[in-house]
Amino acid sequence: MKKRTKPFLSPWRIVFLAVCVLVIAGLGAFLLLNGKNIAVLNPQGIIASKQKDLIIFTVLLGMVVVIPVFIMLFAFAWKYREGNTKARYTPEADGNRVIEIIWWVLPLIIIVILSVVTWISTHDLDPYKKLNSKTDAVTIRVVALQWKWLFIYPDQGIATVNEVRFPEDTPVNFEITADAPMSAFWIPNLGTQTYAMNGMTTKLSLEADKVGEYRGSNTNISGEGYAEMNFKAIATTHKEFDMWVKAIAGSNSHLDWATYEALAQPKKDQPVMYYMLHEPNLYAMIQNKYMDGHATNMHDSDMMNHEGMN
Amino acid sequence: MSKPRLLEQKFLDYKTSTGFWLYLMTDCVLFASLFAIYVVLQPATAGGPSSNEIFSLPMALTETIILLTSSFTTGLALLALRQRNVRQLIVWLGVTYVLGVSFLTIELSEFAALVGDGHSWQQSAFLSAFFTLVGTHGLHILIGLLWLLIMVVVIFKKGLSAKVTRQLGLWGLFWHFLDLVWVFIFTVVYLMGAAS
Amino acid sequence: MWGRLSLDALPHDMITIGGVIGGGLALLAVIAGLTYFKKWRWLWDNWLTSLDPKKIGVMYLVVATIMLLRGLADAGMLRAQQAVFATGDGGPISPDMFQQVFSAHGTIMIFFVAMGALFGILNLIVPLQIGSRDVAFPRLNSISFWLFVGGMVLINLSLALGEFSTAGWLAYPPLSELQYSPGTGVDYWIWSLQIAGIGSLLSGINFLITIFTMRRAGMTLMKMPIFIWSVIGSMLLVVFAFPILTATLSMLSLDRTLGMHFFTSDMGGNPMMYINLIWAWGHPEVYILILPAFGIFSEIVPVFSKKRLFGYTSMVLALMAITILSFTVWLHHFFTMGAGANVNAFFGIMTMVIAIPTGVKVFNWIFTMYRGRVKFATPMLWFMGFVVTFTIGGLTGVLMAVPGIDFQVHNSLFLVAHFHNMIIGGVIFGFFAGLTYWWPKFTGFRLHEGLGKAAFWCWLIGFLLAFLPLYALGLMGAARRLDSYDASLGWQGLFIVAGVGLLIIALGVLFQVVQVGYSIWKRRELAVGADPWDGRTLEWSTSTPIAEYNFATLAPVTYRDDFWEQKHRSDIKEPVTLVEPIRMPKNTSLGVVVGVLATAIGFGIIWHMWWLVLIALGGAIVAVIATTLQEDTEKIIGVDEVVATEKDLRGVKL
Repeated sequence: MKKRTKPFLSPWRIVFLAVCVLVIAGLGAFLLLNGKNIAVLNPQGIIASKQKDLIIFTVLLGMVVVIPVFIMLFAFAWKYREGNTKARYTPEADGNRVIEIIWWVLPLIIIVILSVVTWISTHDLDPYKKLNSKTDAVTIRVVALQWKWLFIYPDQGIATVNEVRFPEDTPVNFEITADAPMSAFWIPNLGTQTYAMNGMTTKLSLEADKVGEYRGSNTNISGEGYAEMNFKAIATTHKEFDMWVKAIAGSNSHLDWATYEALAQPKKDQPVMYYMLHEPNLYAMIQNKYMDGHATNMHDSDMMNHEGMN
Repeated sequence: MSKPRLLEQKFLDYKTSTGFWLYLMTDCVLFASLFAIYVVLQPATAGGPSSNEIFSLPMALTETIILLTSSFTTGLALLALRQRNVRQLIVWLGVTYVLGVSFLTIELSEFAALVGDGHSWQQSAFLSAFFTLVGTHGLHILIGLLWLLIMVVVIFKKGLSAKVTRQLGLWGLFWHFLDLVWVFIFTVVYLMGAAS
Repeated sequence: MWGRLSLDALPHDMITIGGVIGGGLALLAVIAGLTYFKKWRWLWDNWLTSLDPKKIGVMYLVVATIMLLRGLADAGMLRAQQAVFATGDGGPISPDMFQQVFSAHGTIMIFFVAMGALFGILNLIVPLQIGSRDVAFPRLNSISFWLFVGGMVLINLSLALGEFSTAGWLAYPPLSELQYSPGTGVDYWIWSLQIAGIGSLLSGINFLITIFTMRRAGMTLMKMPIFIWSVIGSMLLVVFAFPILTATLSMLSLDRTLGMHFFTSDMGGNPMMYINLIWAWGHPEVYILILPAFGIFSEIVPVFSKKRLFGYTSMVLALMAITILSFTVWLHHFFTMGAGANVNAFFGIMTMVIAIPTGVKVFNWIFTMYRGRVKFATPMLWFMGFVVTFTIGGLTGVLMAVPGIDFQVHNSLFLVAHFHNMIIGGVIFGFFAGLTYWWPKFTGFRLHEGLGKAAFWCWLIGFLLAFLPLYALGLMGAARRLDSYDASLGWQGLFIVAGVGLLIIALGVLFQVVQVGYSIWKRRELAVGADPWDGRTLEWSTSTPIAEYNFATLAPVTYRDDFWEQKHRSDIKEPVTLVEPIRMPKNTSLGVVVGVLATAIGFGIIWHMWWLVLIALGGAIVAVIATTLQEDTEKIIGVDEVVATEKDLRGVKL
C-alpha cells in the first residue's frame, strides 16, 4: 500500500522559512547599513534630491509589475505542483487573447508613464542646464589627472588639488576636462557624475543645500592609481568661502604651466594642495594640448541649448 | 547527373549562395562602421592636409570607370558561363583581372604619393580613416583577384564542374559588391571630400 | 627575430607564477594521460577533426567550463582584495594586478564562458530540434570552434608571457592606447577577441542558414520550437553586431601597431567614437546571450508543466521585438558622456521599451505553469531562480534606463550588481537549466537530482549574498573596479558578505563538478531511456546515444511539437519513408590548422614578430585554398549500415 507522506515543504513551512530568511536578512542589512552614508539616498543638494525622488518613483512603478509576478510565480508553483492532483489541469490550453492583451498593454502603460517622466526629468537634470538661483554661480574648472583632481577657480584666481570648496546654497558650474585617460567626476551626495575627457569640456551644475563635507571620486578606470582619485567636496558658508579664497590667494604656492606639468605627471599618494593661480589661461591651455586636430564644433561653451555631441 | 544528385546540387547552390549573401551583409556592416568613423574623422586634419587638398577627382573617376567596366565584364563572363562557353569565359575573366590589377595599381600609386609627401596614416585621424577605409576596400579587391586567379587555374585543370560554376557565381557576387562599395567610397570620400 | 619578446615577459609575482605553474601542470597531466593511454589518435580522429556538431558542441562546453573555473578564480581574487586587503596597505594583489584580473574576469566570462557555452548548446541542440543531420556549413563550424580556442589560448598565454590589459573588459581609449598602455596587455585583449569574434561571426552565419534552409519538411517557421526562434534572434544580432566589433578592434589595433589616430587623444583622434562603436556591438552582445537562455526556458517550462507553451505567437513577436529593439539602445551605456538631454532621453525611453516584450515572456512562462502539472526537477528550479533574480535585475535595469538616475549610479557597484544579476540570473541559470535538461539525451543517464538541487540552492543563495550588497554599496557611492577604499567608509562589512556569497557560489560549482563525476560513476543506476522527460520536440525522438547522422530518415512533420503529437494523438499515421544512403562530411584538420595559424598571427602581432605574422597568414591562405579545391569531402553511410545502426540503437527494424 502506498504510504501518503506529508511533503516536507508545506506552505506554512515555506512561509516560516521565508520569514526567518527575511528577518535574518533584515537584521544583516540593518547591521551593515545603519549609520552609514548611503549617499545616493541621502541627498545634500537639489540635483541629488530630484534623483532620489526619481528612484523612489521608478521603484514604486516597477512594483506594479514585480509584485504580481512574484505572487503568481509562487502561487502557481504551489497550486499546480505535480503532487496536487486536485488542481485543474488543462494541458492543451495555450493562449488567451484577453490575458495576453492585458499584459502587453499594462506594461506599455507603465512604460508610457515612465517615458514621460524620463523625458521631463532628463531635460530637467541635464548637466548642461544652469541652476536657477538668486545667488551668483561659482565657476570651477576641473581637470582629471593621473591620479588626482585639479580644481581651477578662474574668478578667484586660485587652484586646489583633491579638495573643492564652494559656498552652500550656491550653484556651482563645473567645467570639466582631463589630461589623463577618461575619468568621471562624481560627488554622490550632490548628484550627477560626468565624464572628463582629453581635449574637450563637459559641464555640470550642482548645488549643496547646506554646509557639509562630502566625498567625491572617479568612477572610470584611468590607470594604476585610479582607486586613489578621491577628493573632498566641502560646502561652506559664504563668509568662510571668501576667507578661504583669500587665505590661498596670499600663499606662496603658485600654479603656472611649469608647475602644472610637474603636477600632471602620473603619481599616486597626492596630498591636498592649494595654489595661487598664476596662469589665468591654464584650463584652456590644458584643453588645447589635445585640440590640434579637432574640428571647432565640439562642446562650444557658448552654446545656449546644448544638444547632441556634435 | 542523376535527379537526386541534381536536386542535391541545387540545394547546395541555394544554401551556399544564401550563406554568401549573408556574409556580404556582414561585410556591409563592417564597411558601414568604417564609413561612420571616416565621416566623423574627416574634419580632424590635425594641421595636416584636408580632403580637398589631396584628392584627385580625375584619378578617382578613372578608378571608378575601371571598376564599373570590370563589373560589366564580370557580367559577360557569367553569361559565357551560362552558355558553357569556356573560351569566352576565360577571356572575360582575364579582362576583368587586368582591370582589377589596373585599379589596384592606381590606388597604390595614390597611397605611395601621399606617403612620399609625408601624408601617411600617422599624420592625422582623417588620414588614418582614409587609408583604412579605402585600404580595406583595396584589400578586398586583392583577395577577389587572388580568388579569380585560383578559379581560372581550376577551370583549366578540371573544367566546369557544378562546384566551380557555383563558386564563380559567388565570386561574381563578391566582385559586384566591391564595386558597389567603391561607388560609396567615390561619393563619400572623393566627391564630397573634394567639395568640402 | 623575437620582436619585443624577451625574458622580461615571464611573470614576476607569486600569484601569476602560481597560476601558470598550476595551469601548466594541469595541461601536462592531460598530455601525460593521453600519451599513457595511447589516446592521441582517438582524440584526433574522434574529436578534434570531427565535423559532427554534437562533438563540436561538447568541445565548446569543455572549454567554457575550464574558462569558468578561471573566471571564478579571478572573481575570488577580486572579492578577496575588496573584502580583506582594500582598507589596509595593500596585500598580495597589487593595483596593477587587480586591474588585470578584473579585465580578464569580464573578458573571459563574456567571450569564453558565455559565448562558448552558447555555441556549445547551439551545436548540440539546433540541428536536432529542426530535424536535420548537420549544420549548413560543417567545415566552417569546425573553423569557428578552433578560432574560439585560438582566442582562449591567447588570453591564457598572457599569464605566462607578458601581461594582460588593465583597461577593463571593453578597453576604452585613451587608456587602451599606446600613450597610457604601452605594453602587450591591450594587444592580447584585442587579438584574443578578434580571433574568437570572427569565429562567432562565422557561426552566426552558419546557424542562421542552417535554420532557414535545413529544417525538416513541414516545419514552417511558426511550427518551430521557440528555442529555434530565440536562436534566430540571437544569430541575427551576431551577424549585425560582430562586424562592428571586428572593425573597432581593428582600428584600435591599427592605432597601436601602425601609429594611426582613430581613438588617440591627439592628432584628431576621437575616443568617443570608440565608445559608440564598441557599445553598438556591446549591447546586442548581451541580447545574443540572453535570447537563447529565454529559448531554453521556453522549452523547459512546457515540458515540466506537462502543458503547451502559453502564447506561442506572442513569444515569437516578443523575441523579434527584443531583437530589433536591442539595436536602438546602445547609448544607455554612456549617458554621462554628455550627449545632451534629447539624445539621452530617446535612448532611455527605448531602453525601457524593451522591458515590455521581456515582461510578456515572463508572464507567458508563468501562465504555462497555470493549470499544468509542474514537476520541480532541477531544470524547473533553475527557472524559478531565474524569474526571481531576473525580475530584480530587470527592475534595476529600468531604474538605470532613466538617465537622471543613471547619472548617479553609472559605473558604481550598483551597475555591476545589475549586469551580474542579468547574466548570472538570466544567462547562466538558463544554460544550467538547459544542460541539466538535455544531458540525458546525449549520455543516456540523468544527472543526480540531489546534487543538482544542492548546486542550485548554492548558486541562488550565493548569488543573492554576492550581489545584493553591491546594490547597497553602489548607492553608498562605491565606484566599480576599486582595489582600495578608506576603512572609515564602513563598506568592508558588505564586501565581506559579498565574498561569502562567492564562496557559496564556488560551493555550488563544486556540487556541479561532483554531480557530473558522481553521475558518470553511477550511470547505470541513473540510466534513462531516450525520452526521459516525455519531451515535445524532435531531439527527443532520436535514440540515445544519438546516431552520428541524427535521423535515419527525414520524414516530414505536420504539427508544432510534432514529436508530442506523434506520441499522444491517436490519428497519427507513421509515414513510410525509404531509407537512403546518407552523405556526411568527412573529418578534416582544416579547423585545427586555421586555429593554430590564427593564434600564431595574433601572437606575432602582439609581440611584433612580423615574420611570424606573414608566414602564418600565408599558411592560412594556402590552407583555405587547398580546402576549397578538395573534392573528397564526404563519406557515405550505406543503407545497410543505417539499418544495422537503427536496430542496434533503437531496436527498430527499418
